[in-house]
Amino acid sequence: MSESVEALAGKVDALLEASVRRVPALAHELAYETDAGALLGVCRTLRDRAELRFEMLMDLAGVDYLHFGYDDWQTESATRSGFSRARLPQEAAPNPDAPGRFAVVYQLLSIAHNQRLRLKVRCPDTAEPAVDSVIDVWASANWFEREAFDLFGIVFRGHPDLRRILTDYGFIGHPFRKDFPLTGNVEVQYDPDKQRVVYRPVSIVPRVLVPKVIRHDHRYEPALRDPQVPR
Amino acid sequence: MAAAPLNEIRNYTMNFGPQHPAAHGVLRLVLEMDGEVIQKADPHIGLLHRGTEKLAESKPFNQSIGYMDRLDYVSMMCSEHAYVLAIERLLGIEPPERAQYIRVLFDEITRILNHHLWLGSHGLDIGAMTVFLLAFKQREELMDVYEAVSGTRMHATYYRPGGVYRDLPDSMPKYQVTRWHSARDVARLNEARSGTMLDFIQAFTEQFPAAVDDYEALLTDNRIWKQRTVNIGVVTPERAMQLGFSGPMLRGSGIAWDLRKKQPYEVYDRMDFDVPVGVNGDCYDRYLVRIEEMRQSNRIIRQCVEWLRAHPGPVMIDDRKVRPPRRERMKEDMESLIHHFKFFTEGYEVPAGETYAAVEAPKGEFGVYLISDGANKPYRLKCRAPGFAHLAALEEMVKGHMLADVVAVIGTQDIVFGEIDR
Repeated sequence: MSESVEALAGKVDALLEASVRRVPALAHELAYETDAGALLGVCRTLRDRAELRFEMLMDLAGVDYLHFGYDDWQTESATRSGFSRARLPQEAAPNPDAPGRFAVVYQLLSIAHNQRLRLKVRCPDTAEPAVDSVIDVWASANWFEREAFDLFGIVFRGHPDLRRILTDYGFIGHPFRKDFPLTGNVEVQYDPDKQRVVYRPVSIVPRVLVPKVIRHDHRYEPALRDPQVPR
Repeated sequence: MAAAPLNEIRNYTMNFGPQHPAAHGVLRLVLEMDGEVIQKADPHIGLLHRGTEKLAESKPFNQSIGYMDRLDYVSMMCSEHAYVLAIERLLGIEPPERAQYIRVLFDEITRILNHHLWLGSHGLDIGAMTVFLLAFKQREELMDVYEAVSGTRMHATYYRPGGVYRDLPDSMPKYQVTRWHSARDVARLNEARSGTMLDFIQAFTEQFPAAVDDYEALLTDNRIWKQRTVNIGVVTPERAMQLGFSGPMLRGSGIAWDLRKKQPYEVYDRMDFDVPVGVNGDCYDRYLVRIEEMRQSNRIIRQCVEWLRAHPGPVMIDDRKVRPPRRERMKEDMESLIHHFKFFTEGYEVPAGETYAAVEAPKGEFGVYLISDGANKPYRLKCRAPGFAHLAALEEMVKGHMLADVVAVIGTQDIVFGEIDR
């Protein structure tokens, strides 16, 4: 299948060279990045050109890159101070306002050519992340975009009905953002005086059960390296 | 009381669910009706949202396999399959051949399980009680297979990156004599369970086509069944693709698309089976497609059983990175003990990268989009649930139909809220 991936990459590059960049992917996959401004044009071309014909949007995922590459333990070098010596200090926490924090990833499928393609677009503004809605290109984007809006707070311009979808009525915050605690901010409890269910701040103390560890294992990293694509 | 003047007649807004037997779990539908005709349908979902994807971000890779079962809780192993496939692709490992056959075997058993639940509840929803009882009798047999291989009837957690948890057992659990089952009954019930698990599955596949014939005798030419399903919820092939349909929903509309054929994973390219395709894209065609899929799954299971009998071998990759040490070695070997401890506390690191692994789950394309930043936990996990796209199209499918047809359309979409709300 790798050969046909290269053939497809050639077609995409020929048609959209100015607006997409190929990004490294596994050998049998094809991934591109594009800019938020060019998104709709790129999507229309991908869907409508006879040699591409990505007529289906299978999935749309929001991604928050805030903690990407940040780990809880130091593994590269040893330190001298005590049992928790590998624990990283808190000031290493990343900046939540850094540009390019949010991204939207589209998984496209061409039934006519039996091909898949992954398209990623970074939201230019982190404070108010927004990209254009692709609902006019693929109708299936409707709920997927509502979901990304609900969970990440990414606004899809031009979406006709951008409401929350998975979280509770009246929910505050965007739970899949990396700076949203796993336990949430509020919990519900029955209040016998008011005779109804009330919200109150969570009583669970957030803690890390399994620290995140990044190790570079040289036995497995070559598997990722596709000779065709520079890394 | 004087009749209301015509200009005061308004559409009626009706709430359906979330606690309603035909809502297949916790679907809340807000319907706007003109008389009995649906004008607008607004599904409210998320009542079963557990944040599976976020939970997975806080755990080592292997600890989230069990969460995958709980997504689509009637096609458990297929969801696991997509997840372990994604991890395997990032690690660049491939399970041994026998494990691949076992996975295909259990994917197809899962498909039959799922289609039985769909058939039973779909029938029950639109007025056919008997088929529910027949379907659950067959389903129970396969549940026992799940239990024999993994120890649990539903949430198996059986697949692992690099293979499956353990080889197929040599014996099946047996019925015991109780106040309700005499020794003679038990002997009859245990007859098929006297051999290995493969014997049991083979015996199942031999009687299964007749069971499907029974369902068809009850439904396929049934006048009431046809009145409730023919020309209900028609989706054209163009719209089906636009709406992101997959699986029987897409094939019911006449598009011959099956990942097992088109983008084969594991050993599906060695299997001999056909892909049924509908013509009209209505509920009845989707019913026919799923019924035929059960027969085809039965064929695949037979081929797997035959191969598995002839080819013993390892079911887990011999790779210390993704496989825990053997328990006997742990008792006497310090390094194995350390290895075991590190494996189950820290887990293994998956190289940085991203992948999208999709399998043909019984409901359609179940995909897992996995981003790793080189850590022992997924950086981002996104499950592409087939039912999510299907339910999003509910409004389009029911507009202009009667209220009772909403139930038929929910049934034909094979909605399960575990995967939609995640």
